[in-house]
Amino acid sequence: MDFVSGFFYVFSAVLLFAALRVITARNPVHAVLYLMLAFSQAAALWLLLKAEFLGIALVLVYLGAVMVLFLFVVMMLDINVDAMRAGFWRHLPLALLLGALVSVELIAVLWAGFPTATVDAAVATKVMHAPDHNNTHALGVLLYRDYLYPIQVAAVILLVAMVAAIALTLRGRKDTKTIDPGVQVRVKASDRLQVLRVPPATVAAADAAKEEQA
Amino acid sequence: MSPLGTLGVGHFLSVGAILFALSVVGIFLNRKNLIVLLMAIELMLLAVNLNFVAFAHYLGDLHGQIFVFFILTVAAAESAIGLAILVLLFRNKSSIDVETFNTLKG
Repeated sequence: MDFVSGFFYVFSAVLLFAALRVITARNPVHAVLYLMLAFSQAAALWLLLKAEFLGIALVLVYLGAVMVLFLFVVMMLDINVDAMRAGFWRHLPLALLLGALVSVELIAVLWAGFPTATVDAAVATKVMHAPDHNNTHALGVLLYRDYLYPIQVAAVILLVAMVAAIALTLRGRKDTKTIDPGVQVRVKASDRLQVLRVPPATVAAADAAKEEQA
Repeated sequence: MSPLGTLGVGHFLSVGAILFALSVVGIFLNRKNLIVLLMAIELMLLAVNLNFVAFAHYLGDLHGQIFVFFILTVAAAESAIGLAILVLLFRNKSSIDVETFNTLKG
């Protein structure tokens, strides 16, 4: 077993262990932390596969941003763990059977269809496997030349997701005294100040009023 | 000589398959807990991405890595909106039990 294979088995073992703990951890915070471990191991596997940019992006974007978002939400919510795990042990045998079936079938098909062939000679001469290949540069050229419109669509998707997330969670409280800027802008002078035409008060009028009261 | 020694594409695909099966099991086991369901979906997408990267390497074709890039984008958007919906549900129901979200039954 060579050096790279050793790394592959270590990373894969930690990845699968972390994934197992994600789905079995009692505490959701622990589950998120194990999910972070799983993603970091996947990034290491991608580095073995010469996807340097994606590996670093996975660590920065997923571990740095998305998982922290998960962690925030999990810590904000007050979850009754025991009620959440009702039926866990009851479903375990069926779930294990199903998982074993899925994985055995998939692996059987994949090993038959893609026998552990290593990179063949024709592929090994491609530019991606050249010793001085720059993965980030090559990806950047592809993204901004061949995939220019898809990347714009991806940017729009992210923008829509941001607007949707903010719009969903924005809470308008009824009891605050904040001013609505739109209403404030639309106000006219006549809404605020009203000039009344009052007849001038005279002594005779005041006497008449007094008599009326009496 | 292979760049990865004795490792073939089957090794990476097998890891992806086991990861996918684990997340299916996770969805079965944690059917009540919406947060763990979201995390299992993230794991499934990770397994798919692992397959894409493995094929990109073994076919010497960078377009597979571009696909991973877009899947990551969509997964990030999905988890952001999913968590926003989760917060909203918790605010209204004080629970994230999926089985209490049945007021929309047709």
